[in-house]
Amino acid sequence: MAMLRVEDVRKSFGPVEVLRGISLTVGQGDVVALVGRSGSGKSTLLRCLNGLEVTDGGRIEIAGHTMSYEAQKLRELRKDVGIVFQSFNLFPHMTVLENIVLAPCVAKGISKQEAQSIARDMLAKVGLSDRSDAYPEQLSGGQQQRVAIARSLAMKPKVMLFDEVTSALDPELTGEVLVVLEKLASDGMTMLLVTHEMAFAKSVATTTIFMHEGRIHESGESQEMFTRPKTKEFKQFVGQPLH
Amino acid sequence: MISEFDANAFLFLLKSAQWTVMLTLTATLMGGVAGLVIALARVSHKALLRRAATFYIGVIQGVPVLVILFLAFFGVARLGLDLPAFFAAALAMSLFASGYLAEIWRGAIQSVPKPQWEASTSLALTRLQQFRYIIIPQAIRIALPPTVGFLVQLVKNTSIVSILGVVELARAGQILSVATFQPFLVFVATAALYFAICFPLSQISRRLEVKLSGYAKG
Repeated sequence: MAMLRVEDVRKSFGPVEVLRGISLTVGQGDVVALVGRSGSGKSTLLRCLNGLEVTDGGRIEIAGHTMSYEAQKLRELRKDVGIVFQSFNLFPHMTVLENIVLAPCVAKGISKQEAQSIARDMLAKVGLSDRSDAYPEQLSGGQQQRVAIARSLAMKPKVMLFDEVTSALDPELTGEVLVVLEKLASDGMTMLLVTHEMAFAKSVATTTIFMHEGRIHESGESQEMFTRPKTKEFKQFVGQPLH
Repeated sequence: MISEFDANAFLFLLKSAQWTVMLTLTATLMGGVAGLVIALARVSHKALLRRAATFYIGVIQGVPVLVILFLAFFGVARLGLDLPAFFAAALAMSLFASGYLAEIWRGAIQSVPKPQWEASTSLALTRLQQFRYIIIPQAIRIALPPTVGFLVQLVKNTSIVSILGVVELARAGQILSVATFQPFLVFVATAALYFAICFPLSQISRRLEVKLSGYAKG
């Protein structure tokens, strides 16, 4: 069953065409790494998938929803599609637990007790059970990012989007976030990750998509792609993997 | 009849100061409610609301308080309402406060970082829920110091309603200075009372600024 189907999606920012016709299909439980240079359109593509960016053309079906920018329909879609950002974006005026409980309570309308019990499960999953009463600013970057992941998971999404979630972290903190992502992947979560961590893409992602100038330039099974890159651009990219 | 600046005279000043406080409180409350509505309209997705709010703020900020005061006074009279001058004064000060508070609060709302909107919209919150749970709580922290600062200005600006014959603190000082022929003494006492009202407010503002600079401590 396809969890995500993208057909000929286009997006321009002013005169700059960032996405020039993207089509791809992602099955349930697939882990897809989106890689490519800065400006290749990979983050824009990810943001189109939960409606943060409005596409100029094409069609997106995700987690059983067809993309529509009508507010109510978009909210329904977002209940099933989680996203985690590079800069964490936790709510600074709320404790860790409050950050996680909020959306299940107010957006999905489940009871506070139930939301809290889900939140504690998710915190355990990301290894932060003991920090539920801390405020975001009291946590390290890696811990904040793990809370952000828990916050998104508490909505029980069918698909998770990760937008360069380790790019703002020191190398030693990157590891703790990658461990969480790896666990999530092995639990069978359907995931799309924009990432610069090539080793992670190779070992954890089932599929890797290399984007270049707004198009999918090369894609395939991760191990195979990194071992035997086909196109000249991807070879170059893998040769100097950072940016 | 008061003829020298004695305890009785001071009591008169003190009683008049009540009107200054009342006027400030009324303007804060009414102006605050209106200001919040206007601030929200100012950041609305609907262009018409945004434009109307911008126009309102522009008018209030572009017209002297004195003129707003006269407009309120004669406007109320023209409507055929025979209300005490205090009502016109309260109306004018509320209008004045609403325009300035709306602008302070608009700025505070807009200075909440954009990723906070993105994160909360991605969690399927409605726009109203975003305001209520994410944006307003953070905007309040940003807005508190300038809001209290404005209220200090408001306390002093209420002195202008003396022109309508409302006997608040400044008007009381004027009356006493004529009655006692001790203008300097009277106005020192008047100034002291204004200071007694404003100083605690400034102190609160300063303390809030320190306290709210960190979330965990707040």
